[in-house]
Amino acid sequence: MLENFLPNLPFTKWVSDFVSWLTSTFDFIFSPLESILSSIMNIIIDVLEFIPPVIFIAIVMILAALFMNKKITAAILAGIGMLFILDQGLWDNMISTLTLVLVSAFISVIIGIPLGILMSRSKMFEAIMKPILDFMQTMPAFVYLIPAVAFFGIGMVPGVFASFIFSAPPTIRLTNLGIRQIDNELIEASDAFGTTSMQKLLKVQLPLARPSIMAGVNQTIMLALSMVVIASMIGAPGLGRDVLSSLQRADVGTGFVAGLGIVILAIIIDRFTQTKKSA
Amino acid sequence: MSVIEINNVTKVFGNYNDKVKKLLDENQSKAEILDQTSSTVAVKAANFTVDEGEIFVIMGLSGSGKSTLIRLINRLIDPSDGAINIKGKDVSQMNSDELRNFRRENLSMVFQNFALFPFKTILENTAFGLEVKDIPKKERLEKSKEALALVGLKGYENQYPNQLSGGMQQRVGLARALANDTDILLMDEAFSALDPLIRKDMQQELLQIQKSMKKTIVFITHDLDEALNIGDRIALMKDGEVVQIGTAYDIITNPANDYVRSFVKDINHAKVLRVKDIMKPVSADDRENISNSIAADKLLTESYTYFSGGDTKIPVSDGSSIIGTLHSTDVFNTLTKGNEEVETDA
Repeated sequence: MLENFLPNLPFTKWVSDFVSWLTSTFDFIFSPLESILSSIMNIIIDVLEFIPPVIFIAIVMILAALFMNKKITAAILAGIGMLFILDQGLWDNMISTLTLVLVSAFISVIIGIPLGILMSRSKMFEAIMKPILDFMQTMPAFVYLIPAVAFFGIGMVPGVFASFIFSAPPTIRLTNLGIRQIDNELIEASDAFGTTSMQKLLKVQLPLARPSIMAGVNQTIMLALSMVVIASMIGAPGLGRDVLSSLQRADVGTGFVAGLGIVILAIIIDRFTQTKKSA
Repeated sequence: MSVIEINNVTKVFGNYNDKVKKLLDENQSKAEILDQTSSTVAVKAANFTVDEGEIFVIMGLSGSGKSTLIRLINRLIDPSDGAINIKGKDVSQMNSDELRNFRRENLSMVFQNFALFPFKTILENTAFGLEVKDIPKKERLEKSKEALALVGLKGYENQYPNQLSGGMQQRVGLARALANDTDILLMDEAFSALDPLIRKDMQQELLQIQKSMKKTIVFITHDLDEALNIGDRIALMKDGEVVQIGTAYDIITNPANDYVRSFVKDINHAKVLRVKDIMKPVSADDRENISNSIAADKLLTESYTYFSGGDTKIPVSDGSSIIGTLHSTDVFNTLTKGNEEVETDA
């Protein structure tokens, strides 16, 4: 009954029109952005693929031994994981996935940390950003693929775009939270000694918020990895594509192995970004 | 010469409108004003001056407004009304640039919970004020090392704050303020978080350092013993108002009202009053016997043994010359007077 009285707003059409309008109006931004980003990513992929797997694995193991709490076991496990990926013929796809994840995480961080800082400084900006971040995180990730394709065509770049929207919120939130949670006495100490607001930010707030910010970056990377499979639906190369194609062919074995590759990559990246020493 | 002049300074959290002003003028209580206007009066028309080189203690219980008052001095909190003159400049009128430079050059602060930066070493923490001032690295580390040595922390330069005990951490807080090399030191409950024994040590050490540094110190505490022990002058606060300002001797022997009286009644006079507080001017025949003199800043409890030989008066020295005479009858009278008050009040 009630339906008869509601106006049945043409919301679907509005959104479609809005996205078309964005696409055509800002094409002068999207097109060059697409070509720049994709050429950068291709260069990264070429470089990483150029490194022989043996050396690549050795470098990862050495870095793991140095940074992961200086434990040899971490290095050995990382090495075994990488060897498994190589053995299963997933190496090139792994490199593509790694590039996709690193680039989108990098973009999330360079945009997310400043946004988080701004949020920590203004209650108003925080109030505006919070629902937007909720929206970004809870909207099913598939939905972002549609405008991403409209803006950037298919391939890596729309994948990065969708990953960015889905994975940036933790960095933004935890930067804001990390700065807001700083003990007020430490902020008073900073002010009492006459810091400029830039000195306060760089010498006091960011170092004190670092553990929180790092947790946010870690979460961002993990979310970006989880977007990999979804991004493969719009032609992003990588391990996700193997998972997707095996899903379409009901090929359990291939799907599982490719999925395992993502898990191994995730664990290695996670340990690298998580186990920074806390002074 | 007074370095800090607080003139009619009021701080109200919440609205400071005509209604609040009117209620303040009518001398309504803090609770009454909160009830009627939902504004909290933290400091009400405070007036005092702090002289160069003195330790000025602001003492009060929690909620008395003392922490707000010290933050008004370096304007970590903006006053609602009144003028704060430091070295002849009105801090309350400064813009943010002037205020920042003024803080850098004139004011250092020590905090209750130390406020050390956990990611910096002890040396880097100590150098913070100088770092903010863009002093070259070599020079600031040098100065910081000196300051650390002064507070007895030589050798701890490369440790981190969490590796030190509370007392040592507060020494770092003190060193950070001293390294900054300002004339004025603001100490906000600086020793309150420390164990009683460590607190006593730190008080003595502060007095020791003060002898050579001659800083102007504003010291906040809720501990009357601490206030009486280190304060050249003491301001007592209650509900945002300064109820009495005076030396330890003034406050103990001549409390301004019942509140102060109830505060000081359990104080053992002999452990607070010093020889210089009750000594008589020196007369000619007292000058001869310097060998058996007592130091002017000794506590009265420490004077008993001097009378054990049967003397009724002892010369008082300030280290170099005789400045007065201590009579056994005065010591005795002061002590019994204290006890009398305790008894009549009980």
